[in-house]
Amino acid sequence: MFEIEVKNIFKAFKTVQAVSGISLSVKKGEFVALLGPNGAGKTTLVEMMEGLRKPDSGQILIQGKNWKKDENELRQIIGLSLQETRFPERLKVEEVIRLFASFYKLGHERVTQVMGLVGLEEKRKALTQNLSGGQRQRLALSVALLNDPQILFLDEPTTGLDPHSRYDLWNILKELKSRGNTTLLLTTHYMEEAQSLCDHIVIIDEGKIIKEGQLNDLLHPDAPNLDELFIQLTGKRLTDA
Amino acid sequence: MLKRNQLYQLVVCRFWETVREPAVLFWGIVFPVLISIGLGLAFSKNSETKFNFVIAQNSPTKLDSLLSVYGQKGTKNGKEVFVWTVEDSTLGNTLFSFIYFPWSDAIVSLKRGESDVILTDSMGKTRYHFDPFNAPAQLAYTKLSALLQSPTHISTAPQEIEPLTLKGVRYIDFLIPGLLAFGLMSSLLWGISYTIIECRSQKLLRRMIATPMKKSNYLIAIMFVRTIMNLIEALLLIFVVWLIFDIRIQGSMGALVVLFIAGNVAFTGLSVLLSCRTSKTETGTGLINLVQMPMMLLSGIFFSYHNFPDWSITAIKLLPLTALADGFRAIFNEGAGWLQVATPTAALFVMGLVCFVVGMKWFKWQ
Repeated sequence: MFEIEVKNIFKAFKTVQAVSGISLSVKKGEFVALLGPNGAGKTTLVEMMEGLRKPDSGQILIQGKNWKKDENELRQIIGLSLQETRFPERLKVEEVIRLFASFYKLGHERVTQVMGLVGLEEKRKALTQNLSGGQRQRLALSVALLNDPQILFLDEPTTGLDPHSRYDLWNILKELKSRGNTTLLLTTHYMEEAQSLCDHIVIIDEGKIIKEGQLNDLLHPDAPNLDELFIQLTGKRLTDA
Repeated sequence: MLKRNQLYQLVVCRFWETVREPAVLFWGIVFPVLISIGLGLAFSKNSETKFNFVIAQNSPTKLDSLLSVYGQKGTKNGKEVFVWTVEDSTLGNTLFSFIYFPWSDAIVSLKRGESDVILTDSMGKTRYHFDPFNAPAQLAYTKLSALLQSPTHISTAPQEIEPLTLKGVRYIDFLIPGLLAFGLMSSLLWGISYTIIECRSQKLLRRMIATPMKKSNYLIAIMFVRTIMNLIEALLLIFVVWLIFDIRIQGSMGALVVLFIAGNVAFTGLSVLLSCRTSKTETGTGLINLVQMPMMLLSGIFFSYHNFPDWSITAIKLLPLTALADGFRAIFNEGAGWLQVATPTAALFVMGLVCFVVGMKWFKWQ
């Protein structure tokens, strides 16, 4: 059985067809990247998998269960970070984590544990408004990891971060991968992120999957990296920069 | 164990967020106290009444000779002014101030509100020029023309005036219950609506509902903390005005508490309704002002709404803030009990519940 199964999903907003017929499956313990430029439909797709948006048509199964029937159960086993979550500015790091911990009925030990995991112990008394971009992302990650999720969704976890902070965050995720309990699905438009973290890469553009597979299978001498591959496939670059 | 309870944590976090915002503390707690002290003092002092006249003429008249006897010469902005003071121990002293200007400057000074009436002389008789719809100008004319009739008569208050100094009839008595109602409304509208809209605009609401958090707990925490803050604000204001102005609650304490709760329910419901969909704080600010401004002006918080045209008063009385302010006033000043405030109390409860239910039906969690 797959951890995540997405079958022929469509989703349109007023003027845009955001997702048009995407299917994919993720095995337990696998780290999967949804790679694509801004506006490709990655966030819409991942938010449907997180049960935050309803698809127009198609089916999404998480461990064989669907959001309509088993929402309460699924909320307990997934963890997620949204693109650009802003936590209450006048709360301290520790208070935010403790608040979210209480949603899972978790106590002080787990709060301390996740603060250690993402390296925010020294900042536990800092107001979230005084955190740097990297620290904010680590706070979002710590909240996502609180319930020791079986499935973790991260939406552009390192966008806007400096290379050093990005590297720190990758190390936390690699550590998570080495323990093998978590299935990860992340969206990104950085090819390095997909290459260094993920086993399976799904390239998305204009609401469709244009290529997917293991990193080694995707690359070949004409397309030595994912950026080149994307240009070959679409004639566009992954990032504007 | 309590620390793992989500409702407890939501309340604690909401509390910290509220008290760590200095603006909230200032506008919610310090400002109402300051404004009541300021307005209370301004309107309770037996102060002087001053009328400003411009004399637009050159030749000496009867008025000029009177001024040379009774007027006190002074200067104002380099111009010569005469002030004629009429003492009165009951109504307060009246000051008549006169300044000489050419006609065109006199008109300018009237337009700027620096003077009330322009005086000219026509064949030895004083002529008064003023806007007949301007009440202070009319009063200035009445007072001065009476004075000129009998300038030697040192005016004391006529015997028939009996000053009322009973509790509950001073302006401050009128003002405080109104401020209490207004403070309750604005603190709920801003405290609840704005919090929810901001939370939605920052995607925090969406982040929270992506956990097993119970949605009702989130709203209960916001409402609970706001109500407690309102209670503290109200108690502080009541204490301060008792201390300074000796304002006492003359009616039923129990009825006051229930009416206070009804007010909280009414404006909490309204706040939830206002904030149920939008995720733009600009839209939210507009909506809150749209509701708050008319009520602030119409509901008779600072001045009685009975000065408005008769046809509008029926409508004004239907506004929730009017019901709350009038109810508070009845209990504070008229000694009202349960029976007298039962209708507004029930109406506020019902309004709050209806708004809340509709708001929840339309509520957008993300």
